Amino acid sequence: MSEKKQNTVHEPLFHLAKRAHLQPWKAWAIRLAAIVLGLVVCGLVAFILIEKLNQNPDRIDDFYYSFIKGAFSTKRKLWKFLKNLAILQCISLAVTPAFRMRFWNIGAEGQTLMGVLGAITVAFYLGGSVPNWVLLVLMFIAALVYSAVWAVIPALFKAKWNTNETLFTLMMNYVATFVVSYFLVIWVPSGSSTLGKLKYGKLPSFGHEYLVIILIVALLTVFLYVYLKHSKQGYEISVVGESVRTAQYSGINVKKVIIRTMVVSGLLCGLAGYLIGAGLDQSVTTESVGGQGFTAIMVSWLANFNPLVMLITSGLISMLNSGASQISQDFNVSGAFPDVIVGIILFFIIGSEFFINYQIIFRKKGHEKEAVK
Amino acid sequence: MNVWLNFLIDSLAFGAVFMYGSTGEILTEKAGHLNLGIPGIMCMGGAGGCLVLNMIAKSNLPGFLIVILGVAGALAMAMLMGLIYSFLTVTLRANQNVTGLALTTFGVGLMKVIFSKLDPTVYLVGPKELYRWPFADRMDALQCLGILFFVGVVIAITASIVLYRSKVGLHLRAVGENPGTADAVGINVTRYKYLATCIGSGIAGLGGFYYIIDYMASQEAYLSLEAFGWLSIALVIFALWRPHMTILGSTVFGFLFSCSSYIANIEGITITMAAKPLLKMLPYVVTILVLIITSIRNKRENQPPASLGLSYFREER
Repeated sequence: MSEKKQNTVHEPLFHLAKRAHLQPWKAWAIRLAAIVLGLVVCGLVAFILIEKLNQNPDRIDDFYYSFIKGAFSTKRKLWKFLKNLAILQCISLAVTPAFRMRFWNIGAEGQTLMGVLGAITVAFYLGGSVPNWVLLVLMFIAALVYSAVWAVIPALFKAKWNTNETLFTLMMNYVATFVVSYFLVIWVPSGSSTLGKLKYGKLPSFGHEYLVIILIVALLTVFLYVYLKHSKQGYEISVVGESVRTAQYSGINVKKVIIRTMVVSGLLCGLAGYLIGAGLDQSVTTESVGGQGFTAIMVSWLANFNPLVMLITSGLISMLNSGASQISQDFNVSGAFPDVIVGIILFFIIGSEFFINYQIIFRKKGHEKEAVK
Repeated sequence: MNVWLNFLIDSLAFGAVFMYGSTGEILTEKAGHLNLGIPGIMCMGGAGGCLVLNMIAKSNLPGFLIVILGVAGALAMAMLMGLIYSFLTVTLRANQNVTGLALTTFGVGLMKVIFSKLDPTVYLVGPKELYRWPFADRMDALQCLGILFFVGVVIAITASIVLYRSKVGLHLRAVGENPGTADAVGINVTRYKYLATCIGSGIAGLGGFYYIIDYMASQEAYLSLEAFGWLSIALVIFALWRPHMTILGSTVFGFLFSCSSYIANIEGITITMAAKPLLKMLPYVVTILVLIITSIRNKRENQPPASLGLSYFREER
């Protein structure tokens, strides 16, 4: 008896192994299941939060009704949803090239804000003194230059001294915020630090007021897809992301690729800033980007850095946002409620990636007997 | 002279917010996890503590019990957030940056929802006096530096001693530098990562609670908390991953952050409105400079933990 025990191999109940390959439809099924599960939890959390805090009881399916209503019920809401999607998509596209290179640029918030600032600076000083189309072109150039400069500073230090880019770009966000508030103090002498809507420098529109923005972002999505998947530069980015050593051996100038890619990222952030500044707000505040720079990082990652898939993920996040803000209106909770919902869904999707990348292998019955033999 | 002394004391009191936050973040980073969820965790710590106070402040519990329960609430809520983070990043090996950002989105949002429904006359007005030293005079310096300030200093020093002078600390640093090697010598990597993240989150959560109930003690305090979470992450770099250095660093940060309002009161120095945002920018600029200088000098003991940001899978070689 004791001898038998010695020979028995004690295998854990389950162990993990990396999946070699998973069919795309299975991966999507797992993600979808995670989202559905997440939505159920969201409903429960909303129920607990709102019912505990309010005294009038509602039914839990009211939340889902309100949620759907918020995103799609009227034409105006649909356009607004598409506009939010477009802006988020644009910033997500901007962060993607750097991420494919494994350069953790979390400074999209600041880079986009600088783009808005660039566009508005030109409109503020030159508005009215030059023809409108010249003004728009100058605003566009200024937005791109501001953002690209903001993005390239951390890249230079990364390339030269390997300075940690995550922390560097994070800090640059806040420097950008205070640069904006500095200019607001200068521009608004009254001391209120809120710049009213400027009269000049509005992006022309046809059809619907948001249509131009949506079309620009759609074109950009296709362009970036081609750039990343079918161009030499895009290939170089992928190689550097996979392995810096491989890139060096194959003669790719890694420093050049890092700097060039961050310039591309910065230019795209500048475009997003231009769309916000010239296309929507005609003004700048420290909250012009409103945290979308951070959301974009998650959107890009969720889409596995694929520009086309990103349309789905940024659509999902925008839908969650508009649905949840409808809930917060209907049930009179704080305007921050959408963040809670987005956070929960993100947890579930992030968690689901594990089940896509790894498989859980359970201990087989009868395995121990084999070991005895 | 008096102005300068007040300025110093205020810097100390304000800096304690970052001291808590970055001590917590250092513990997490030493285990190899860059936790960008710290702002969310600090917010939820504040919300948890105030939620408990909201329930018990009007009851007849003795004062010290209310103080302890408030702290316990903050700790519990923050550690719960830390648990979410470590489950996702350690067990499920998710990307740390993305998980951290999601945690911040969630935490800040949930805190705002919770605070919009709490009653400041209940959770704030009574309890805020309890977190002061009972024997301190109104004009005393101790009136500004509440109990939680000193708790923070003790935590920061203890964390340093544990990290650099004990076996547990050595193991933890080994996990952060190279989990594969640590695993090979028999250190339970998963347990260390979980514990470091959760304890670190708890400490950071206390910082949020301190800010709302002690330093600011106002009902709008929670709205500005997120920014200080990010500043705490900055302070980790400034302190070169040494918890006791955060005491000094946080005072410098507090000094830089509040100097825009203090300098105006000092005779002989005039300050324009436009200079204020530039002064507030200083902590971040200084952090960037420290980051650049340490990377140029490239001394090994001043670098981030080697495996920071990477998840560990034993079967991956």
